Amino acid sequence: MKRFELFEHGADIGVRGLGKTLSQAFENAALAMFSIEVPYIKNIVATCFWQFSCESYDQEGLLTAWLNTLISYADLYRAVFCSFDVTIEDCSLTARVGGVPLNDLQGEKGVEVKGATFTELYVGRRDGIWIAQCVVDV
Amino acid sequence: MKEGLVKISDWQWEMPMHGPMNCPAWFFADRGLMLEMDAKVFEQLHNVACLPGIVRAAMAMPDAHWGYGFPIGGVAAFDANAGGVISVGGVGYDISCGVRCFATGLRREQVAKGLASLMEDLFRTIPAGVGSEGKIRLTPERLDEVLAGGARWAVENGYGLREELEYIEEHGCMQGADPSCVSALAKERQYRQVGTLGSGNHYLEIQSVDEIYCEDTAGVFGLEKDGVVVSIHCGSRALGHQIGTDYIQILGRAAKKYGIPIRERELVCAPILSPEGERYFKAMACGVNCALANRQVLGHLVREVFSRHFPSASLRLIYDVSHNTCKVEAHEVSGVSKRLYVHRKGATRAFGPGRPELPEAYRDVGQPVFIGGTMGTCSYILAGTEMGEELAWGSACHGAGRAMSRNAALKRWKGRDVVASLASKGIIVKAVSWQGAAEEAPGAYKDVTAVVNAAYNAGLVKKVAKVLPMACLKG
Repeated sequence: MKRFELFEHGADIGVRGLGKTLSQAFENAALAMFSIEVPYIKNIVATCFWQFSCESYDQEGLLTAWLNTLISYADLYRAVFCSFDVTIEDCSLTARVGGVPLNDLQGEKGVEVKGATFTELYVGRRDGIWIAQCVVDV
Repeated sequence: MKEGLVKISDWQWEMPMHGPMNCPAWFFADRGLMLEMDAKVFEQLHNVACLPGIVRAAMAMPDAHWGYGFPIGGVAAFDANAGGVISVGGVGYDISCGVRCFATGLRREQVAKGLASLMEDLFRTIPAGVGSEGKIRLTPERLDEVLAGGARWAVENGYGLREELEYIEEHGCMQGADPSCVSALAKERQYRQVGTLGSGNHYLEIQSVDEIYCEDTAGVFGLEKDGVVVSIHCGSRALGHQIGTDYIQILGRAAKKYGIPIRERELVCAPILSPEGERYFKAMACGVNCALANRQVLGHLVREVFSRHFPSASLRLIYDVSHNTCKVEAHEVSGVSKRLYVHRKGATRAFGPGRPELPEAYRDVGQPVFIGGTMGTCSYILAGTEMGEELAWGSACHGAGRAMSRNAALKRWKGRDVVASLASKGIIVKAVSWQGAAEEAPGAYKDVTAVVNAAYNAGLVKKVAKVLPMACLKG
């Protein structure tokens, strides 16, 4: 099973995480998002780790809150995140996130993701696979 | 073509008021652009027309496309005293993303000789791309000064010229900004980003004037055939985005609290006169000032680079326009002057002659409007009209609008090939990211000329000049 994919949107880019569990789908949506900034994200090995948490009023709101939390702190710590261990309880999320400093990356970068949006937002299960998706603004 | 639309003219179409709409929805476009417009634009503009306190009509400019809550290219004005609202979606995430354009006093043939080394220097000097940071390091207190002062802060700190402030919307500083309404996280993200270009569709372009449509107005703007201009397109960087992200949650709760039906999550809003609405306006004004300061610093860096390569260059700011804003403006409604909160999401303010907000030098000809094309095609310099004020609160389109998704562009082109192809046409492109260059390939955009002609024929603007790209720096 593929872990993530990018999908079409008129002006920006859609990210879709897939997983056997809701948490996995959230982890892979994050990976999809950082693949826009660093196309070879799957080959990166994390050297630094952080703990993040966020919450919202429903699961879909939680996905945008999660992705926006990652965008904010990646920006703040000048890092790119590449590994995610997510725990979700109701509409609260905690995660151990691994990444590397941007300055340590040797390969070519993609484009900056500015924010996760509510467009094409969907969190749910289809054919036994959890899907977490939305459009991100680039 | 969407069913149920009424043709008002060849360049204006109306979705009549029906159901929960509080006004009609107007589309300024020719038939071809209307046929190309995606269905979401109609749905989103209908939703905007349902918001409380909206005045006259919800409007879509000729480059309208699917946005977040509002369509990109959406314009709507609200009356605070009639229960009008302020909406995050009506402003967008990149608050006050906009374009400033300088006349250089140089001619095409002069610049062409030294263009390659000029671009190398600009590429080294202008921070651009993922994770780029500027040379300016701000403390929390200094950042608050930026958010309150905008381009004025930049000038007071040595970036640019005092006389430039008159040639920036809001004279470089939007009133009503209150840094205490901006989250600590938003501020922290901005400490190192003042004076950076960003990525995506942001750019710095060296252009030459190819055609003049209105000699008088071009003369007033300081444009002449084969003259060289520099355009900078960028916005409020991380701060604007974080303000949008923070307030979408706050206004989402406010919409529920005030019983405002929301048809799309990003259309969340609050009454202008509510505590939540007032706080968002103050935070958004900080975002506007951040963008104005950012472009002011970038303009200063560009001037320094030009002076190193062309000592005779004299960069004069023609104007600085913003695209993603909510501004308080006086407009005539049924013969009465009213203060309205005009949202322009991916649309340019385009005031006609006579407006007191304009620099004295432009009061007889109208406000300059810059319409960016692509790295390989033309861009336009226009001017606002009185008719545009009567029709659309003095608003115009802002760019070509994408014809193809970024994903589709990536599948179709390789960044290196795009850059090589443009080089073969004599256009130098310096791109931080090959991926970004592919996503921004000229073929991924609509025909900017069709968009500009529709705005012109609808009476929203007059055409002043067409410019062609000589070189482009992409984030």
